[in-house]
Amino acid sequence: MGLIEGIFEPGLVVTTVDWVLNWSRQRSLFPMTFGIACCAIEMMAAGAARFDLDRFGAGAFRATPRQADLMIVAGTVTCKMAERLRRLWEQMAEPRYVLAMGACAISGGPYHLHAYDVVKGVDQIVPVDVYVPGCPPRPEALIEGLMRLQDKIATRTIAKEG
Amino acid sequence: MTPAEIIEVLGQHAGTAPAAVAEGLHPHVVVPPDRLVAVAELLKTDERLRFDLLRCISAVDWPDKGVIELSYELLSTVLGHAFAVKVLLDRANPQVESLCGVWPAAEWHEREAFDLMGVMFLHHPDLRRILLPEDWMGHPLRKDYQYPGVYKGLQLPS
Repeated sequence: MGLIEGIFEPGLVVTTVDWVLNWSRQRSLFPMTFGIACCAIEMMAAGAARFDLDRFGAGAFRATPRQADLMIVAGTVTCKMAERLRRLWEQMAEPRYVLAMGACAISGGPYHLHAYDVVKGVDQIVPVDVYVPGCPPRPEALIEGLMRLQDKIATRTIAKEG
Repeated sequence: MTPAEIIEVLGQHAGTAPAAVAEGLHPHVVVPPDRLVAVAELLKTDERLRFDLLRCISAVDWPDKGVIELSYELLSTVLGHAFAVKVLLDRANPQVESLCGVWPAAEWHEREAFDLMGVMFLHHPDLRRILLPEDWMGHPLRKDYQYPGVYKGLQLPS
């Protein structure tokens, strides 16, 4: 993202490109199919007709990380899964985002204290942009999380990294 | 067949005689580990029994008795009766012959019992961990299992 850093004065051209890029990124967030426990059922419901994630351009679940912008970690992450999750995240093209859905992905949830093999929060493995609490969160909550991520994308600028 | 009749069939052969029997809610026989394969083959092939499905292998840890108990849950889809076979293994060195040659379904069930309980199945074709990472230490469903706390830099419950 730093290709034209320092070439332009911060001005009309850059802000316009920023706006167009951010607008298109916000409205075509392709999520990766990453349902790994019961939260995935709510994620599917969010994608289906009643809640319809496609209204926000985020209904095209991709089966490969290379086509995805957003990883919705929907479920319990075990140690064995942690390595795979990290590898999939590294295969995603930038800019990439991670949404931790549900108590397990945020902190280990009901497994926080007594499970021998559950990761205490997916933010130990990958950087998380949005946390959506719940066990599992309702589809409305997931959509709310998605819209907060859109807000975050709106603040990006190509003149600066990050 | 009723459980009593199944037990009677097993008792007719010297090589498959059970060490203990139980009827009731969970009818089963307890057999010595060295007779397990003979018992399994009889249960599968005998025309009166025909147990063609191994539904589950349950492993139970009894630290007080120094025993790991395996329970093989069987069903005959042809004749519609169910039964179970148990073996009691030494907790310090739990070893038993694999039943993969009798019921192919045993392969993954035995891998699970090996993974979580540390039971060694002799002559198993592919005895690897099935659920946990391959470099995991210990067998977590043992009663005296110590939680690792950290795995590859990840904080875990301890």
